[in-house]
Amino acid sequence: MPILGIMASQISGHLWAPDGAYDALSTVTLTASTASITFAGIPSTYKHLQVRVSYGLASANNPTWRVNGDTTGANYVGHHLWGDGATAFANAQTSGTVYWSYIPNASFPGAAIMDFLDYANTSKNKTMRTLTGSDGNGSGEVALWSGAYLQTAAISSITLAGGSNFTANSSFALYGIK
Amino acid sequence: MGLNNMANTYVALATNTLGTAASSVTFSSIPGTYTDLVLVSSVLTTVIGGVDIHMTFNSDTGSNYSRTYISGNGSSATSNRQSSVAYIRINQVSYPDNNSIATVGITNIQNYANSTTNKTVLTRSSNASDGVDAVVGLWRNTAAITTITLTGNGGNFAVGSTFSLYGILAA
Repeated sequence: MPILGIMASQISGHLWAPDGAYDALSTVTLTASTASITFAGIPSTYKHLQVRVSYGLASANNPTWRVNGDTTGANYVGHHLWGDGATAFANAQTSGTVYWSYIPNASFPGAAIMDFLDYANTSKNKTMRTLTGSDGNGSGEVALWSGAYLQTAAISSITLAGGSNFTANSSFALYGIK
Repeated sequence: MGLNNMANTYVALATNTLGTAASSVTFSSIPGTYTDLVLVSSVLTTVIGGVDIHMTFNSDTGSNYSRTYISGNGSSATSNRQSSVAYIRINQVSYPDNNSIATVGITNIQNYANSTTNKTVLTRSSNASDGVDAVVGLWRNTAAITTITLTGNGGNFAVGSTFSLYGILAA
């Protein structure tokens, strides 16, 4: 059984013995506000990964993602299609910090479903996509994100940072898809 | 190719395939043992102008819901919202009135069983003849969700419409 590690300053996750086609690998539920969480030691035995997030932030912000501990901005790019309740927008992120969500009103929660496709393949750069949103009853945003990690290494760790702290009770669940 | 042994991580909880037209569909007595719920819908209607799906929880008909959406109809993209309404409309694209092309949607009800946060819903839906959209919805209530009701606004869901509910376990 692969061993999956969890790193965060305050977590309540535990390990799981996977044996199916859609396996719950690890869950982090914050018991205190935390700047970032990392899923480490991700096995290469699946085809795809999915991270399901229910979260809050200490202040309005864009959370970011990194893989394999690589903080080199040139290794990440992305695109973003979103609506803020009045206008639809699109933009690109090139060579820098890459985001996966946005909470415009810290009083209300956000959610995201992130897919890391063919994450263990060592012959292609890695692609992720996200459906995410946060509605605050009068404010809010819904978005589709696409991101690429311009490296061919298999993804063995995923780090999600809040920009501002993730609030207590935020939860992050990692799944492997065969 | 053989099938792998499936662990009970992504669990089919209930499916409703309409044998007669219905104005609403309800999933009740939803256990709190999962982390997220996923509703997969494929909806037909014979109503001229189509119907919309309104989602409510725990029989709450108060103005405790809101949503923000983005949609595209083949020529332009738009975004808008509804605040303090009595439902979350989980689709934005219009339903066809020829009853031949289903509007399909996947709605994620995140962290539905926790009792400390308001509930957030994420949906992607589309209709091949009309458009595509994404919706984030909010239910301003911290209660665990035990009942989901889907109501056709403007008319009935037609025979052959399907609604399937899944539970996803966390580690």
